[in-house]
This record gives sequence, C-alpha cells and structure tokens, in this order.
Amino acid sequence: MAHAHAHAVKRRTGIMDWLTTVDHKKIGIMYLLAGGFFFLIGGLEAILIRLQLMFPQSEVVSAQFYNELITMHGTTMIFLAAMPILFGFMNAIIPLQIGARDVAYPFVNALGFWTFFFGGVLLNISFIAGSVPDAGWTMYAPLSGTTYTEHFGTDYYVIGLQISGIGTLIGGINFLVTIINMRAPGMTFMRMPMFTWATFITSALILFAFPALTVGLAALMFDRLFSGNFFDPSAGGNVVLWEHIFWIFGHPEVYILILPAFGIISEVVSTFSRKRLFGYSSMVFATILIGFLGFMVWAHHMFTTGLGPIANALFSVATMLIAVPTGIKIFNWLFTMWGGSIKFTVANLFAVGFIPTFVMGGVTGVMLSVAPADYQYHDTYFVVAHFHYVIVGGLVLGIFAGLHYWWPKMFGRVLSEKLGYWTFWTFYIGFHLTFFVQHFLGLLGMPRRIWQYLDGMGFNTLNFISTIGALLMGVGTILFIINILITMRKPKTAENDPWKDGRTLEWTISSPAPEYNFAQTPLVRGYDAWWLEKMEGNSKMTPVEPIGPIHMPSPSILPFFMGLGLFIAGFGFMYAREFGVVSLVIGIAGLVITFGCMGLRSWIDDHGFHIEEEEILKDQGVKA
Amino acid sequence: MSSHSHVEGQLPHEPERATLEGRNKITGFWLFLGGETVLFGTLFAAYLTLRGQVMDGPTPNELFDFALVALATALLLTSSLTSVFALQAMHKHNVKGLMGWLIVTLLLGAAFLGLEIYEFNHYVHLGHTFAASAFSTSFYTLVGFHGAHVAFGLLWVILILLQLKKRGLNTTTAPKVYVFGMYWHFIDVVWVFIFTVVYLMGKVG
Ligand code: HEM
Ligand SMILES: [Cu+2]
Repeated sequence: MAHAHAHAVKRRTGIMDWLTTVDHKKIGIMYLLAGGFFFLIGGLEAILIRLQLMFPQSEVVSAQFYNELITMHGTTMIFLAAMPILFGFMNAIIPLQIGARDVAYPFVNALGFWTFFFGGVLLNISFIAGSVPDAGWTMYAPLSGTTYTEHFGTDYYVIGLQISGIGTLIGGINFLVTIINMRAPGMTFMRMPMFTWATFITSALILFAFPALTVGLAALMFDRLFSGNFFDPSAGGNVVLWEHIFWIFGHPEVYILILPAFGIISEVVSTFSRKRLFGYSSMVFATILIGFLGFMVWAHHMFTTGLGPIANALFSVATMLIAVPTGIKIFNWLFTMWGGSIKFTVANLFAVGFIPTFVMGGVTGVMLSVAPADYQYHDTYFVVAHFHYVIVGGLVLGIFAGLHYWWPKMFGRVLSEKLGYWTFWTFYIGFHLTFFVQHFLGLLGMPRRIWQYLDGMGFNTLNFISTIGALLMGVGTILFIINILITMRKPKTAENDPWKDGRTLEWTISSPAPEYNFAQTPLVRGYDAWWLEKMEGNSKMTPVEPIGPIHMPSPSILPFFMGLGLFIAGFGFMYAREFGVVSLVIGIAGLVITFGCMGLRSWIDDHGFHIEEEEILKDQGVKA
Repeated sequence: MSSHSHVEGQLPHEPERATLEGRNKITGFWLFLGGETVLFGTLFAAYLTLRGQVMDGPTPNELFDFALVALATALLLTSSLTSVFALQAMHKHNVKGLMGWLIVTLLLGAAFLGLEIYEFNHYVHLGHTFAASAFSTSFYTLVGFHGAHVAFGLLWVILILLQLKKRGLNTTTAPKVYVFGMYWHFIDVVWVFIFTVVYLMGKVG
C-alpha cells in the first residue's frame, strides 16, 4: 500500500470505502449509524421493561430476563448509543466549525470508531451466547463477582466495555488535539463556537475519567478470570472500592453526556433566535466549571453506603454547587431568546423543549443531593425519574435538535419539517408521560430494579400511564426513522447555509462538505465568524491562502483489523475459564493481530496523497 | 498547507516539531500521559486501600527484597538518563549516537524487566501468589501494569531503532523518538512512586 511520495489519488468505493475511510465526515456518519442502531436495541429493551411493568405481577418476561434487560438497557444507552451519537456530531461538525481540513489523527479516529463498534457488538453477542450481563449497569460487587454471577454475563460487560472504552479514550484525545492545534487563523479560543467548547471540555473529561473505568474493569476482570481479590471480602477485598472507582468515572460520565448536548442547544437556540449567544464568556466559564466540579461529587451516588456524615455533607454541598453554573447556562439560553426573532423549526422546538425539561431534572438533582433526603429517594423510581429527565429530556432532546439542525450539512438534504413536528410532539409528550409520574411512584416507595410489584400498593395507574408514554416515545422514534427514509430518497439539494441564519463556519461550505472541507482555509475575524461576514455584506469568508493542492491521509484497513483483533482477544480470554488453553491461544492471537497491525502502521511510511488544484476548481465551479 | 515539499536535505534543529503531524503527536502524547496518570492514580488508590489485607500470606515487610528493588530502580533511572542522551544526539542530528543511546536504554530497560520477572517468581515461591490475598492481587496489578508498560516500551524502541536504521532521521522518525522519550520518563516517574509507596512504605509501614 505504501508508496512513499505517492501523489496519485487513492479512492476506494462501496463497502471498502467505508471499512477503510479515515475521513472524519464519513466516520461521523458511521458513529451515527452504529449509535442509532444501538439506540434502537436499547429502546426495544426499554419498551420490554415498560411492558413488564404495565400491570402488577405480570409475567411478560421472566425475572432473569428482566434483570438482563435493565442491565443491557442502561449499558447500551450510555456507552453504545448516547456517546457514539455525540461522537458522530463531533466528527461531522468540529473540524468544520474550527475551519480545519481534518482531525489531528485521522487514522486513530477510525481506530476509535472500530474499537467502539467491536466492543459494542461483543457486549450484545451475549444475548446470542445466552449469558447476559444482569447485575445492573453499575455492576456492583459482590453481585457481579463469580460467587453470585457464575455465568459469563459480567465478563461480557467487562470486556465489551473495556474494548469500546479504548475507542472513546482515543477519540477524546483526538478531539483535544484537533481543537488545540488545528484551528483556522483567527479562531482564538474565545471565538470558538459553543459546541466546539463543549466538545473540548467533554474530551478532557473523557481523558481523565475513562482511565478510572479502565482500571475498575480490569480489576473486576482479574477477579473473575484469574481469581483476584479486589472485590472479594473473603480474601480481604473491598466492595466499596468498586463503588468509588465506578462513580469516580461515573459522575464525570454524566457530564460527558450532557455537555455536548448543552453545546448543541447553544448553537440551535442562538441560530434560530437570530441573536448572538447571550453571555458567551460566562457560558464558556460555566462549562469549564461544570467539568471541574464534575470530578468532585461522585460520592453523591453513595450517600447510603455509609461513608459517614462528614463525607456525605461535603459531597452534598459540592453537588449543590454544580447547580450554579448549570443555572447560568439556563438563563443564558433564555436571554438569548429574549428579544430575538425566534423561528420554531423542528431543531429549535427540540432545543426550546429541552430547557424546561432539563430544569426539572436539575431540580430533582438538587433534591437528591440533600444527603438525608436521599435516604428516602435512593434506589426508588424517583432516581429513575431524575436521571431520565436529564438523560432523555436533556441529552436525547439535544441529540434530536442536533440531528435536525445538522442533517443537511451531513447528508445534503433537509429533513421534512412536517414529519419533524410530529416526531417532536409525540416524543415530547410521551417522554413526560413516561417519566413525570415516576417521581410520584418513587415518593410512594416503589423501588427501582424490581421485576414485579403487588396489586393494591397504589402503583397501578401510574405505571400504566408510564408505559403508555413509553409507547408514544416509540412512535416518535419510528416517525423519525420514516422521516430519514423519505428524506434520503430525495436529491441532495441543500444549500451551503440551508437555515439562512447559520452563524458558524460549517455553513460556509457546501452541504455535504467536500472531502477536503475547505478549498481555502478561511480567516476568522470574530465570534460567529460567518454571521459577522454576512452582516458586513460579504458572501464568503476571506481566504488566507490561494487555491492549491491539498494533502489528504490515505485510507487504511488496519483500524478495522485492530478492532477485530481486540474482539477476538476478548472472546478468547473470556472463555478461557471454560475451554482452557485453546481459548487462551485464541485470545493471544487476537492481541497479536491488534499489536501487529499497530506495528505495521508505525512501520509503513505513508505520506498520503494530494487532491490537485484542477479537481478543487471543478468542485467549486459546480457548487458555486 | 505545505503541500508537495517533503523536507529534503537540511533537517531543522528540532526535527520532531517540524511538521504539524509531529506537533500533533507531541501534544496528543502529553494528553495521553495525563490519562495514564489517572490510570496509575487509580491503581495506587486501590493498592493503598487493600495493602493491609495480607490474609495468611507474607506481609510486605517480610516479602520485599530491598537490594533487588534498589538495583532495579537504579537501572531504570539510569535508562531515563540515557534516553535523554539519545534525544540530545538527535538534536545534533547524530544518528549513530542516537541509536547507540537508544540501545543502551533498551538494554537497561530489559535488565529491569528481567529483575522484575525474577522478583515476581521469587515472591510466588514464598506463597505470595496473585490469588493469595487482596494485598497480593493489588500489588501484582499495580506493579504488573508498570511492568507491562516497560515491556511495551521495549518493543516500541526496537521498532523505532529498526526504522532509524532503514530510513535514518527525518521528520517522521524524529517525533517518534521524542514521544518515546516522554513515555520512558513517565514510566520512570511512576516507578519512583511505586518505589516509595509500595516498597519503602511496605518496609516501614
Ligand atoms: C443538574 C445537576 C445534577 C445533580 C445535582 C444530580 C444529582 C444526582 C444525585 C444526587 C444522584 C444520586 C441519586 C441516588 O442514587 O440516590 C443522581 C443520580 C443519577 N444522575 Fe444525576 N445529577 C445532575 C445531573 C445529571 C446529568 C446531567 C446526568 C446525565 C446526563 C445525570 C445522570 C444521573 C444518573 C444516570 C443517575 C443514576 C445513577 C444510578 O444510580 O444508576 N445526572 N444524580
Ligand atoms: Cu452523579
């Protein structure tokens, strides 16, 4: 493959194009597809959970399967659906927003995708293999240890997440370096769009939170595969240690999820209010502060573990503090809309709908942070209601806003607004029906993670309503899929700036963006760079360079095989408990594939290729 | 962008920073080391939580062979110094010196790893197996993670040496050498903490 100094354009087509691509825009689409796929699986699991709880003492699914459903639902939604979809947006949009031709490490970027993907597939193969993780997405010890979980469920969780976690970590580093080193001239930190800022802070959180999870998963794996004793009290191990490690990762993780959604909301609200984002610098500051405080509050998940009043009081106060920067953001969005000429596109509906919903999730969060009160709420449906208000009412609404907003930039076609309104209203009403009532179920004393409840406890009506709401959200999701299917059959007619009110650099180039993003790197003269030019009557950005050949990285199949190698290795090591040496050999072979490809990558001197001037000019001519 | 011209002829003084790829690599590697710090921090925390739980096995005090560990420490610290010499040679564009010092680093690292394997083997014979107690599990995990990092570093430097031999010093190989140097120092710093927290505190604590 490697012709040093090869300048011929190497382009693959069809499936090989997708397997070998290192183009961030294509990788973004793959993240979106894979994340969307896992979202559907997680959604199906959710519907099954709700059907089981629709009536008292029902037997729609067995108790064992119910445990598997809640575990896989939580794990899938957080690690395989929400984060990858956010990574999809980051990939598709960040280089465009900062005026870059590419990410810092195109190859590593592809590797991140494939490791995430294979990790997710491994986790879900557990359903086919017949031993499914069932100790809750938090995998608390000792329940997750070999004493109480003999089957391979926990192993699937540990190894699947370990592999996909590697993908997330290198993805985070990639975006940090991209944002630090690849911004266009004039794009200072304080001129970066809010979504870029959110991605920057999120990536930093990933960098400092995921290694803790790596260690936790490795420790649990060692306990299970090699009879280690980290979490085995009979040999001196400590089960609370798992809780600490998990939540030191886990709480920053919830901000990893919500900060990008904050970024999306900021873009959408500002665009469709046709106003500069109110309080931009306080927005930046609040984001940084939330990221920082996010590491100081993990023990609010452990108030009832018995850490003592001092620890509980400190973590209680620290948690309440986060409400301050969060509140700053809420008010900034409201003041952005204040006096703006607001357009209620579907994207903006989702964004505006997000605001009160997220406030409700925040308020219950502050309620939970009162440690003595949490003894009452903990492990009840009140907590379930809280985190779904922030995750679905926050993050998922943010994702929908982003999907409608950036769809034209990613695919060259505007989604149907009409169907979009239907999606919004069914999903939004369904969401509140499902989760609002759960607050009261929790206050009435319904514990979470239960398979059945008795008749006559006063839970019946609220559970029934909740299930109806869940079905309605399902309808909203199906409408969205129909919208995609209809839209994708139409020709690619979206303009550069399809909303007419675009403010940031991604709206200055064609939809979808050409392979090289910017034919000429733009000069950024202020915040909201594109809006600024429009206000001064310019129809395009000022370029900082003449049109010339553009250097591109070569496609490569190695990332795919590196992911595959880890996937094989995971299976080998996991089943060594049962099949002994053969399985171990397979495991080692998998690692050899991965590290072999890594060595190969280092060895092959690949200089990429150039897209020549003529081709760029041709693109410009056609599109202009 | 600098398009067609691949640096020919004269190398700049700091060839590792001559290209955007090189600079990206260095920035990214600093960040990666930040993540690694959290990784080892968590391992240390787990070890500190569990190190008192020796069950029926030997205590840290009975177990650790100080002379051996001191020798290993000396070897690894010296290898960090020699990796600096390698980098200095690189900045003088002295490929021979660069490769020579990298080989010395490699040998010192290999000697360290050999000692560690010998040490672990020795402990296992004293009944300090991985599954013996929470102390043993957390000990082997922490020190073993470090050892695995050393082993990876050795394979890495071999690969770099082969590339230097085949292609010489250029703007592609230089960042690799530089980043390897960062990695190697990091491993060294981690070892200093292991030496203090595991061995010294094990002897006195
Ligand atoms: C607005 C500030 C927030 C506060 C003050 C807050 C507070 C809390 C507290 C105290 C708990 C523990 C409840 C218990 O287990 O008894 C909790 C649980 C949870 N929170 Fe939040 N939270 C906030 C925002 C978020 C966000 C933004 C997300 C995710 C996007 C999130 C996701 C979760 C999840 C998943 C749980 C449940 C974990 C479990 O036990 O399974 N929270 N929150
Ligand atoms: Cu939390």
